Amino acid sequence: MSATPPLLAVEGLTKSYGGIHAVRGVSFSLRAGEILALIGPNGAGKSTCFDMLNGQNKPDSGHVRLLGEEITGRKPREVWRLGVGRTFQITATFATMTVRENVQVALISHEKQLYNLWGSAPKFDRGEAGRLLELVGMGGYADRPCGELAYGDLKRLELAVALANQPKLLLMDEPTAGMAPRERVDLMRLTASIAREKSIGVLFTEHDMDVVFEHADRIIVLNRGTLIAEGSPAEVRGNPQVQAVYLGEGLVYDARHREGTSA
Amino acid sequence: MAFYVVQFLTGLASAASLFLVASGLSIIFGVTRIVNFAHGAFYMIGAYIAFTLTERLSGAFGFWGSIVLAALAVAMIGVIVEMVLLRRIYHAPELFQLLATFGLTLMVEDLVVLIWGPDDLVGRRAPGFRGAIDFFGQNIPSYDLFLIVLGPVVLGILWLLFQRTRWGVLVRAATQDRDMVAALGVNQKWLFTSVFAVGVFLAALGGALQIPRDAVHHAMDLRIIVEVFVVVVIGGLGSIVGAFVAAVLVSELNAFGILIFPKISIILVFLVMAVVLIVRPWGLFGKPEAAARKTPGLTVNPWRPLTSNERLAAVAALVVAAMLPLFAGNYLLTVGSEIAIFVIFAVSLHFLMSVGGLASFGHAAYFGLGAYGIAFLAKMAGLPMIVCLLLGPLLGCMGAAVFGFFAVQLSGVYFAMLTLAFAQIVWSIAFQWVSVTGGDNGILGLWPSSWAASPSHFYWLALGVAALVTVALRAMVFSPFGYALRATRDSLLRSEAVGINAKRIQWTAFVIAGTTAGIGGALFAYLKGSVFPDNLGISLSVDALVMVLLGGVETVSGAVIGAIVYKALNIWLVSQTDLSKLVLGGFIMLIVVVFPKGIVGMLEMLAQRRRKSSPPGSPLLAKPIESAE
Repeated sequence: MSATPPLLAVEGLTKSYGGIHAVRGVSFSLRAGEILALIGPNGAGKSTCFDMLNGQNKPDSGHVRLLGEEITGRKPREVWRLGVGRTFQITATFATMTVRENVQVALISHEKQLYNLWGSAPKFDRGEAGRLLELVGMGGYADRPCGELAYGDLKRLELAVALANQPKLLLMDEPTAGMAPRERVDLMRLTASIAREKSIGVLFTEHDMDVVFEHADRIIVLNRGTLIAEGSPAEVRGNPQVQAVYLGEGLVYDARHREGTSA
Repeated sequence: MAFYVVQFLTGLASAASLFLVASGLSIIFGVTRIVNFAHGAFYMIGAYIAFTLTERLSGAFGFWGSIVLAALAVAMIGVIVEMVLLRRIYHAPELFQLLATFGLTLMVEDLVVLIWGPDDLVGRRAPGFRGAIDFFGQNIPSYDLFLIVLGPVVLGILWLLFQRTRWGVLVRAATQDRDMVAALGVNQKWLFTSVFAVGVFLAALGGALQIPRDAVHHAMDLRIIVEVFVVVVIGGLGSIVGAFVAAVLVSELNAFGILIFPKISIILVFLVMAVVLIVRPWGLFGKPEAAARKTPGLTVNPWRPLTSNERLAAVAALVVAAMLPLFAGNYLLTVGSEIAIFVIFAVSLHFLMSVGGLASFGHAAYFGLGAYGIAFLAKMAGLPMIVCLLLGPLLGCMGAAVFGFFAVQLSGVYFAMLTLAFAQIVWSIAFQWVSVTGGDNGILGLWPSSWAASPSHFYWLALGVAALVTVALRAMVFSPFGYALRATRDSLLRSEAVGINAKRIQWTAFVIAGTTAGIGGALFAYLKGSVFPDNLGISLSVDALVMVLLGGVETVSGAVIGAIVYKALNIWLVSQTDLSKLVLGGFIMLIVVVFPKGIVGMLEMLAQRRRKSSPPGSPLLAKPIESAE
């Protein structure tokens, strides 16, 4: 009897663009209900790594397994069907549709009604769509055209859309980029509470160290395509190698200070 | 052997003009991102003006001077067009730009006939290149040799221009990132104008150089523009070397295609284009485009199903329409039937274009296939009308299934060009395969069964089918499938990330739209009693686009109104004036520039303003044709 496989297991993930090794032999794993932050300086390979997890990008070698099932190189839509939701660094939503319709599209897809030509879409899972929107605090915006939303609201909408297929794993690429400090904290608290309650694993990349250290259970650090550290926020913060390549300038404390005074 | 060499050289000579026109189109696209449909029109004006000048000015200097003068004159016309028309639509969706320049093409076609008359004009031979050279018993016109040399020379000059001059550097920079060039303080207005002038100059030069080889006539614009589209798509939009290689390729395919497959010479070129587009969607020498601009503008009013009051109003309108036979004569009823049929055609394209974001420039192919389907079933299999009406549209459905599969692999301008090319393939089959389709003579004698023979009965049939189709497609917009289709239009990335197979959804929509168009075509065949290649020609495809645009691309059912207004206007215009193309072209440009949201879109906007007059319209409403980015 072997132990149950981890929710997400990444093994020796590698990707090169021409002569540039964007990601080199990255391995890590993620348990259900765990919040894992992937950090690293610009150009460390975070986004490349991230895109390979849900099939947006194909690795040269290595494996990605979801509950033991190989998902390496599967198409994004197939990975989604296996229970992986994702939000994008630059939000991707259906701009001409209303907020509720955005969620309904995901629900329609989840229930495999995409080729239903005669049903009524406005009535489709209206209740469920409403609940998801309430959950992310967007209940009052359901009938607003998505194209009119502020950026922070779009991020929350993306979260609702990502939750529509009751995912086991959420991939969030810079979920708080472009948001005001207050909004960042709110969004990550929300995400963390949903993840704990529903036992969803969350992997996110983030530049804001406050967000990372406050919400992540565990942190992995990428530099020049290689994993250089892994551990609890305290361990990573104390890791001399991490400090040297990434936090060496005392950025954490500077950032803390700035945010603290502005908030 | 010598024969093949001569054939090869003839192909090379034809490539010269094609290259000139195509490189002009490519340069203009590279910087302004406008696919200039009117490029063929400039080519044609170039030829006409050169003809007139060479008749007036004598001697070798007169001839060559005339060629250059003609090209310069047309370039000046181009400058005016750019300043008056294009500057207003640089930020409009691609579809609007294509349509506006198509409107210009229509106007030029009528103007040319007005000025130079409808007959073919045969120009002078070029001084110094009148004879032919003997090549192992085969004759090669010496002018062809001149053109063969000219092509690479022009390519070299353009290369120097772009690599060695300041202007060229700016053009190359703008091709990569025009916003950055503007941010660096370059006067974009004049850069765009000058680029357009150079592009038009090349087109006109290509036209002027054709006069010793070919007669000048008023349909040469459409013929060249379709070929040029093929060339730039194969070579890659924006690449001059690509334009050269593709021009040679296409010309050689034409030259040898005639020898190998005399029946389907036209198809050969289009097949090559389809293959290139599927293997390298951005062309042999092109670069993949960055994220495509949204085809329709950004809808600010969310779409919703009709309220019960609105439904009652629609039913009332239908009842009124159904009462037409009570007071109208036969002519009016026939017009009414034709309008109803075009409503079917327009809503089918609208479904694809507005809901799916796929602007097809060859939608008439499926309309025409439906019509030919009827002709085959009724004339060859002798089936009764009701069976034909049910089965005929299947031909449109099959055509859409085959072509749609390839077309949805692309988007934006490339989708438009590929659908146009497919429509031309179907057209050329209908035109060339005389033994089956009757070629230009069409298939005659398709009359409805007695139950639908009287004008009033046929009108009711057409009206009923039109109402049914409109309701069905509208229901589909608000079905789960409709939502999925809109989702693929808004964001491919997000669609795929929520498990939607976007290409398959779009393909399904293409087939639905094609089948519906086929139903329209089937009725049309019975209305006219005949089928001709024109039933699947470019002008019919453009009619459909204009109807959709006139109704409003961003509306749910605007195409119905668009079709009624446009068709009625069209029928009336043709009966009133010989210059219908001139009026129509002006009309198209007017819609694009002044009413980009169409009739129904305008009404919706006004209604909304009245409803909430206190908060001013959002910036998106204030700038209706600003792109989404």
